[in-house]
Amino acid sequence: MSATGATAAEGGDHSHEGTYSGGPWSWITTVDHKRIGVMYGLSAFFFFLVGGIEALLMRLQLGSPENTLIDPDLYNQLFTMHGTTMVFLAIMPLSAAFFNFIVPLQIGARDVAFPRLNAFSFWLFFLGALFMNASFLFGGAPDAGWFGYANLTSTQYSPGMRIDFWVIGLMVLGVSSIAGALNFIVTIINLRAEGMTFMRMPLFTWMTLITSFLLVIAFPAITVGLVLLMFDRMFGTLFFDPLAGGDVLLWQHLFWIFGHPEVYILLLPGLGMVSEIIPVFSRKPLFGYAFVVYSGILIAFLGFGVWAHHMFAVGLGPVANTVFSATTMLIAIPTGVKIFNWIATLWGGSLRMQTPLYFSLGFISMFIIGGLSGVMHASAASDLQQTDTYFIVAHIHYVLFGGVMFALFAGMYYWIPKITGRMLSDRLGKLHFWIMLVSFNVTFFPQHFLGLHGMPRRTFTYESGLGFEAMNLMSTVGSMVLGASMLIFLWNVLRMLRKGEPAGANPWEGSTLEWSTTSPPPHYNFRVLPTVHSRDPLWAEDTGDSMPGDDPSVADPHMPGPSFYPLLSAVGIIVMAAGALTTTFPVVFVGVGVLLFGVYGWAFQPLEH
Amino acid sequence: MSHTEAAAMEVHSATGLSSRKILMWTFIGSECMLFGSLITTYLVYRGKSVVGPYPEDLLNIPFITVTTFVLLMSSLMMVLALAAVQRGDMKWGKVWLFMTAFLGMVFLGGQVFEFTHFVHEGLTLKTNLFGGTFFLLTGTHGAHVAVGVIWLLSLFLLAQRGRLTQANAETVEIAGLYWHFVDVVWIVLFTLIYLLV
Ligand SMILES: [Cu+2]
Repeated sequence: MSATGATAAEGGDHSHEGTYSGGPWSWITTVDHKRIGVMYGLSAFFFFLVGGIEALLMRLQLGSPENTLIDPDLYNQLFTMHGTTMVFLAIMPLSAAFFNFIVPLQIGARDVAFPRLNAFSFWLFFLGALFMNASFLFGGAPDAGWFGYANLTSTQYSPGMRIDFWVIGLMVLGVSSIAGALNFIVTIINLRAEGMTFMRMPLFTWMTLITSFLLVIAFPAITVGLVLLMFDRMFGTLFFDPLAGGDVLLWQHLFWIFGHPEVYILLLPGLGMVSEIIPVFSRKPLFGYAFVVYSGILIAFLGFGVWAHHMFAVGLGPVANTVFSATTMLIAIPTGVKIFNWIATLWGGSLRMQTPLYFSLGFISMFIIGGLSGVMHASAASDLQQTDTYFIVAHIHYVLFGGVMFALFAGMYYWIPKITGRMLSDRLGKLHFWIMLVSFNVTFFPQHFLGLHGMPRRTFTYESGLGFEAMNLMSTVGSMVLGASMLIFLWNVLRMLRKGEPAGANPWEGSTLEWSTTSPPPHYNFRVLPTVHSRDPLWAEDTGDSMPGDDPSVADPHMPGPSFYPLLSAVGIIVMAAGALTTTFPVVFVGVGVLLFGVYGWAFQPLEH
Repeated sequence: MSHTEAAAMEVHSATGLSSRKILMWTFIGSECMLFGSLITTYLVYRGKSVVGPYPEDLLNIPFITVTTFVLLMSSLMMVLALAAVQRGDMKWGKVWLFMTAFLGMVFLGGQVFEFTHFVHEGLTLKTNLFGGTFFLLTGTHGAHVAVGVIWLLSLFLLAQRGRLTQANAETVEIAGLYWHFVDVVWIVLFTLIYLLV
């Protein structure tokens, strides 16, 4: 392995540094943040489609009353894996794809602070995602909901390996997320370009930093919950056994102390993207930059004090319910601040109505609807009527699909030209936007009424004659069109790869540093590291000496060489996971051995060759 | 070890701090949340066991006070090791590194003895909530000590072969950050589990 690594590094060491060597091995051993970003993006989009198909199957089942297309057992697996997949395998890694590709470019760095740790995060995510989905082939997928409430997950009520796949898979994904987040915190704090103070950082970089802190702080809580559950299932401990004094609500607390910040882990990157796109397509700087930054920090901070709004119905008592209602409603304030800042940026701007702006505006409007229904069940009294009904399903999809996915699509249309060097079709993009917007609302708006009329969620069917038929049918038809709208996006991407127009360095006349280098950027990003004097360096007048660009008289910078050890270390962890899953402890020890070998190889392999 | 993971990127550091140190501090922040959640679980379940043995039947405070003292002394050794490496005195650097790891192993030995004793007295993971929370919490801490011991012994062996020198003082410093953190966690656990029975 080291021989291959060394050869590849020699090829990439001097004059060919700007171009990539091809071949699968160069991808497997890459430590380049851009390639890792692309791999994150492709695998996340794949799992987005998998989660989408799971959702469409459920909608087919619910299209008519007393339908027998999908039996209750499969239905439980589908809604569990749909939630788990969309949260952990689609949205989070799609954000990670942008953290990887865009953030080092935005802060004027050549890579992240720890390139091999970055590769390790990706491989661990990818293998963990495969591990979780392998459950479909071995006795069925996890089926206790993405929240996995105790003691539904006990061996008594969930025998077999389904829950073990979920518990161990989430632990693996957690390690990957924490490792990635630590890396991005250090990268953003320490690798900013000369002159880029914190209050000159692009908003997307800011939101990445805040999201990374949330990850690092929130994930340990669910990790402990998962460890307790794993011990209960594997070693017969009594943590969630009420007969032995255990408290099933402890799981809910640990899960939601993670789970609510997780909402902002999903949301804040999207807020950052929209905060980049709106100024560029309004041709004016973001209104109230500092307010947007501070409200992001405030949202993250308050996000740790609201978890029990997911537990209003469990009987915590009026005092706790009142406090958590109040803190939850408080979050509407910083969120509203951001919305007003975006609108004020648009106000009086010379708007360029192109696809990224369309999706950003779609994001704002759908997110407002999701926010409003959120404030409704922030009130404990109102929530008791709405909890576990389709009203909540509508709310979460207005926030996470209408909100986050619209923002992520805005980000994709905005940054894919930088990533591939080619333009997506604006016409197809707008077609995608309108079909997605309309079908999204047709799918999810009726679910508000279904919920208020009492249709419970997570139930595989409903009786006829309850007045649910028409709106369910409408929702199902909408979801099919929504799924089909993804085909337009895929077609647009394929078309771009075949015959997209060259993008040039700065197709949108953006103001941030990623637009100052070529599209796609060279291996080393910037031949000369940039210096910035303002928040919008490419829009500033004084860029003459600060943006030297690609000065050919400067030698190619040395870049870290490829390494096989990050993947090997990740494989070690997956072997451990497989051993724990089947409780074959020799396999666990083999995994530990592989991990140790990988870590030592990693520690002693020089970064540059 | 002359090339560190972050070396190539550290053409400049925006804060003037080492990237590896920021990484370790942030990691420690995350670990605080991990131990915080475990400690909360222990406290929530304190006094909730429905069958014995109970903490007051088993906990041997004088014995644990001794191993706690040993772990505290290992932190002192760590300080001496770093000081020696920083001034280029690798002879004493090696001695103190080894002593740190050795005292860590003594602490772990004490924990193994304690666990074995408890199992003989009829307390296992499955006996009651005290058994589950106690073994999980102190066991997680013990696993952290074990990782630290392996790390310190690796540094010691590197120093033996002359591959750890004054130039790598930061590597020792980062291992020290981790070691002191694990030590501080034990002070909290010792107080909550043993002193406030
Ligand atoms: Cu919440």
